[in-house]
Amino acid sequence: MSKVPVELKYSNDHEWVLLEGNRATVGITDYAQQSLGDIVFLELPQVDDIIEAGDAFGVVESVKAASDLMMPLTGKVIEVNEELMDSPEIINEDPYEKGWMIVVEFTDASQIEDLLSSEQYEQLIEENA
Amino acid sequence: MSELKRTPLYQVHLQTGAKMVEFGGWHMPVQYQGIIKEHQATRESAGLFDVSHMGEILVEGADALPFLQRLVTNDVSKIGIGRILYTPMVKEDGGTVDDLLIYNLGLNRYLLVVNAANKEKDLLWIESHLSGQVGVADKSDEYALLALQGPGAEKILQQITALDLKTIKKYHFTVGAVSGVPCLVSRTGYTGEDGFELYCHPEGVEQLWHALMEAGRDEGLTPAGLGARDTLRMEAALPLYGQELSEEINPLMAGLGWTVKFDKEDFIGKGALLKIKEQGADHRLIGLEMVGRGIPRTGYQIQAGGQPVGWVTSGGFAPSLNTNIALAYVKPEFAAVDTELEVLIRGKEIKAKVVTKPFYKKSL
Repeated sequence: MSKVPVELKYSNDHEWVLLEGNRATVGITDYAQQSLGDIVFLELPQVDDIIEAGDAFGVVESVKAASDLMMPLTGKVIEVNEELMDSPEIINEDPYEKGWMIVVEFTDASQIEDLLSSEQYEQLIEENA
Repeated sequence: MSELKRTPLYQVHLQTGAKMVEFGGWHMPVQYQGIIKEHQATRESAGLFDVSHMGEILVEGADALPFLQRLVTNDVSKIGIGRILYTPMVKEDGGTVDDLLIYNLGLNRYLLVVNAANKEKDLLWIESHLSGQVGVADKSDEYALLALQGPGAEKILQQITALDLKTIKKYHFTVGAVSGVPCLVSRTGYTGEDGFELYCHPEGVEQLWHALMEAGRDEGLTPAGLGARDTLRMEAALPLYGQELSEEINPLMAGLGWTVKFDKEDFIGKGALLKIKEQGADHRLIGLEMVGRGIPRTGYQIQAGGQPVGWVTSGGFAPSLNTNIALAYVKPEFAAVDTELEVLIRGKEIKAKVVTKPFYKKSL
């Protein structure tokens, strides 16, 4: 069973979002890392990049395939987890803590309404199963 | 598309926690514990692969040998009973219909082991070129196939068979019981490691699988899926049909010149291949190692100084080397080892260099 922490929000594209004030920390879910398998490569944006919700903010590659990382909230990137660049396997090991990818200062709080609760996300992955 | 076929081990795979994918018309396990773990287990101890999807075609009759000699590029007359030959089978223009193994079973009987996705095409091709006293039969439903691969393979297998495995040399086979299951045991594989392939009746394969897993428990034997099979064969630079080989790609271009025996009598495609040999193939298969950050994938463009010079056929992370590698076709002038090239990855030119194949060599 995939872990779905209740304190987080989720996107339909399997990113998780931790909201703190106008900041959002973003990573991919336990379900996503399990589906991808061994993660071996990561491309992340630069600090200060401004990215629209729904656009790709990076790429995650497993042994088998490359997948886009989708921005859940429009905003400016203020932190990037550089440790993942050398050790992308951290995402497999700890997707919600050490595996965080970026911190965003979001500009449109209304987009939070488009995110899923943990219950809704659990339902989504059950439907995918 | 017709319904996906299941190997006799389908339920065993599900119980073992396999992630199943579609491959060549079959439900196949792509991984169990994880591709990298299965890859490393195969390099360090052993991996057990269900490859029952492969096709088995029996060719027999008084004229079986001359028929096969005409059908394939390699020299079938060179293999005595109990031996195996790797060979391409090509069209008149030299393009590859399939690559296969031919087992000489004796008494003018040969077993052709072909790629799952190509089996129907191969059968049509073979039947449309029949000549002389030859019978062709699809025996795929009568065979399940396990591949036990890795440095621990012999020790594991020897525990459950009275066959003297030391006497089975590379590309040789014998028949006998393994854990009570009648098998054809060949010293072959597709991983760059020592290992065996075990052909048995589908009814016996579940018992065989469990007996091997039990015998290999202390040796670190791991069930391994198609994912690891692909990374292993890529590191060993073994061609995969549909990527390094196709109807548009001839064996000379693929670096398989050693399997094309121009000194034997006429065979299908001989004229075309001879011409290609004289003129030189327009592309060559090379090994690439990434210098910059990026993973080369099938179909990505290869460039030299910004100009397209080829394409990636197989690429990815190489677990045994901890680098990103690719097999690629490039124009001959860019094929020398150490040539600096670029791979176009999502619009960016990422540096790579030509390296010797295979990427991975088994330490003896």
